[in-house]
Amino acid sequence: MTVALVVVSHSEKLADGAAELAAQMAPDVSIVAAGGTPDGRIGTSLERVMAALEQAAGGDGVVVLTDLGSAVMTAESALEFAGEPEGVLLADAPLVEGLVAAAVAAQGGADVYAVKRAAEGVFGSAAGVPASSSLSAVEEGSVTGAGPEFTGDFELINQAGMHARPAAKIAGGLSSLDARVTVNGLDGTSMVALMTLAAGKGSVLHVEAWGVDAERAVNYVGGLVQAGFGEP
Amino acid sequence: MVLDANWAVKWLTLCAQAMAEHRVWLIELDRAIGDSDHGENMDRGFQAVLDKLAEVPPETPGAALKLTAMTLMSKVGGAAGPLYGTAFLRAAASLGDSPEVEPAAFARAVVAARDGIVARGKAEAGDKTMVDAWTPAAEAAIAASADGAGTALEVLVAAAEAAEAGAVATDPMVARKGRASYLGERSAGHRDPGAASTALILRAAVGAAA
Repeated sequence: MTVALVVVSHSEKLADGAAELAAQMAPDVSIVAAGGTPDGRIGTSLERVMAALEQAAGGDGVVVLTDLGSAVMTAESALEFAGEPEGVLLADAPLVEGLVAAAVAAQGGADVYAVKRAAEGVFGSAAGVPASSSLSAVEEGSVTGAGPEFTGDFELINQAGMHARPAAKIAGGLSSLDARVTVNGLDGTSMVALMTLAAGKGSVLHVEAWGVDAERAVNYVGGLVQAGFGEP
Repeated sequence: MVLDANWAVKWLTLCAQAMAEHRVWLIELDRAIGDSDHGENMDRGFQAVLDKLAEVPPETPGAALKLTAMTLMSKVGGAAGPLYGTAFLRAAASLGDSPEVEPAAFARAVVAARDGIVARGKAEAGDKTMVDAWTPAAEAAIAASADGAGTALEVLVAAAEAAEAGAVATDPMVARKGRASYLGERSAGHRDPGAASTALILRAAVGAAA
């Protein structure tokens, strides 16, 4: 059982398509689309959203992704109607990128908060803001002021280098660990950030990690890279 | 005049009539600064409310407003759906199960509706939205019902008149929220459609009690 996702869009086609796209990278995650109005118009429907929430319930929590403004309001209203159910969170993220990142995190076994963070993490990385800028604040605040607790450098050996699937594997796995991880200075739990590295075969990934699972995080990335992500 | 379930049903029925009558006007207001669907959406939403009221006649004013909230959120489609839905939902919660609504309780329900819209839409006074009709309406209703002074009709009239004045006051405003905000300065000189429909709704409440 994983965290389930609900997609609220003004367009039925958009919701269905986004769910289909994300499902490709997250075969075990329940992704329920709630797009359009019951009479086939563009818009959002409380009935549809509430039905989707019900369908998605029963697992390890639900993260809801939305498109334009009134979809957010409809999703909020649905939660208010349902009495603000526990473990159901709204993610403030771009619909398609956020959904894919959330689906990958859920597939990797992340909890509902980590899945929401994965979706929302897309914002910062999409804007090209390196995740290390927030990490340096942590370093300054720490007692030792030391650098990362674990680091590793791994050369990409697979032909295609860093593309969507490897990025999804790295981000998905890291988001379920209790660690802050950067890959070449970018947020390692953000699939989009990893893809922006545009790292080809022969490129070296420099991994830095902080936190309880820091060592596991570095080993996890190293293991994937050295296995060529299971690709030629 | 007692504000009971009959009054509430009549209010919502008059809302549906008003939306049908002003459908084209609301569409034109929305065409000027929005996406021209407000009149059609409100008309459709309140027609659906009429159907629901006939299906399950509500026993209290609160139940009537809750049914309205659910229906508007499901049927309107545009931003007005969750905004009005939240307004009616918060008003219903404020009224609770009481079979009759005291004037002061109606005033508190208008305040709850206004607060719900602000919470949901994140708009402030002066943004050229329905908040600019709801806020003066809530203040006027509270003032009219203070210390048990006003009758039910007086409180309803105070809310309706304040909403109407508030809607007119949106004409010169420059929109800072919603679709109209994309137009910037060009949004001035047009009435906000949501403020206009708010005035129609609160005016209908008077008609139901007259």
